[in-house]
Amino acid sequence: MNKTIQQLLTQKLLAMADDELILAHRNSEWIGHGPILEEDIALANIAQDELGHANVWYELRQTLTEEEPDELVFFREAADFRNVQLVELPRGDWAFTMLRQYLFDAYELLLLDMLQHSDYQPLAKASAKICNEEIYHLRHTSSWIKRLGLGTEESNQRTQAALNELWAYAHQLFVPLPGESILVDENIVPDMGVLYREWEERVRPYLTAANLTTPHNQTPPTTSRSDHTPHLTQLLSEMQKVARLNRDAVW
Amino acid sequence: MKQPTTTQIWQALDQVKDPEIPVVSVVEMGIVREVTVEGDAVRVTMTPTFSGCPALDVMRRDMETAVHQLGIEDVTVETVLHPPWSTDWITDEAREKLRQFGLAPPQKHGGDLISVAFLDVAVCPRCGSKNTTIKNSFGPTLCRMLYYCHDCQDAFEQFKPL
Repeated sequence: MNKTIQQLLTQKLLAMADDELILAHRNSEWIGHGPILEEDIALANIAQDELGHANVWYELRQTLTEEEPDELVFFREAADFRNVQLVELPRGDWAFTMLRQYLFDAYELLLLDMLQHSDYQPLAKASAKICNEEIYHLRHTSSWIKRLGLGTEESNQRTQAALNELWAYAHQLFVPLPGESILVDENIVPDMGVLYREWEERVRPYLTAANLTTPHNQTPPTTSRSDHTPHLTQLLSEMQKVARLNRDAVW
Repeated sequence: MKQPTTTQIWQALDQVKDPEIPVVSVVEMGIVREVTVEGDAVRVTMTPTFSGCPALDVMRRDMETAVHQLGIEDVTVETVLHPPWSTDWITDEAREKLRQFGLAPPQKHGGDLISVAFLDVAVCPRCGSKNTTIKNSFGPTLCRMLYYCHDCQDAFEQFKPL
């Protein structure tokens, strides 16, 4: 593998891993606060799965860079994270969390499906593994979108408010990383334009069927994964706190 | 000292129980994929069940210990992601052990996970009834789903199909 491709791939894997990690942390914030016990359990499971997936990507990246997952997770500053802003936003109300999760799950399942055809075998194999677990996530969140959209006036309003805020943020998922076209040419990752069309074709009618209107504005607040909100700093101060108390501690 | 055979190593690994479900071994759960002897060294290849399962590290350590106890110093437990672990790999004996433990075994899917993943019928491990309803496709651990049996009038868990 030539140096350029290796560098681009490590960048892509970091982005994918960071998305999962940060989203997992936001979902874990619902533990003990879920609207009903079953949802407390469900979201905790989803968060744990996401941590597992983040670990798969960090470990795959480690085979290329030798950078340790724990180092990356607990000792990087916010500016060095490469997740999209969508996942770092605070959890909001239940409708906000479910809608964010639905938009992300729909994206991730399509991405994993396409990655199974990657010419970079380790990536294809890892995607096949993760894909089976992801199916349960999308099923869960898409059911919630129907329930919330078609439920009461209040549930519809809250979900519509969430959609109004999150629709543009979700579009950052489809912004290619710098140099990513080289990985696309090598058939290592899919084209984000193709992925976007597949995603949009699925989620738009689904949201409409749930009595929700997709906003006109599709321009994400940022197109760079290096660009973060103060929310990420706040999240990391909590997530990294214990590890940073004693950098040399053996866990 | 005579080097243990691969059969003996497999037998030793069959004593390593799943930490969460201590009635079944990592072998009958289909977690151990291969055992290779290379001179004085042994390599055990395993596949993870659920990516986020916290018991995986415990299993790896327990497998290393089991092989060490045969007198082998050089043992490596390697993890492979492909082919992805499937609940179809759980042996029939293990399925019965799960049921007796109180965990309904996962439905076999022959590679088509979607066909069973959201199936609303699981067989009650206590009374055998199919008069059951899914309560949550997520449970107390990543590998469990929650059901309710209308005949027993009590909840039970099913091993999640993967």
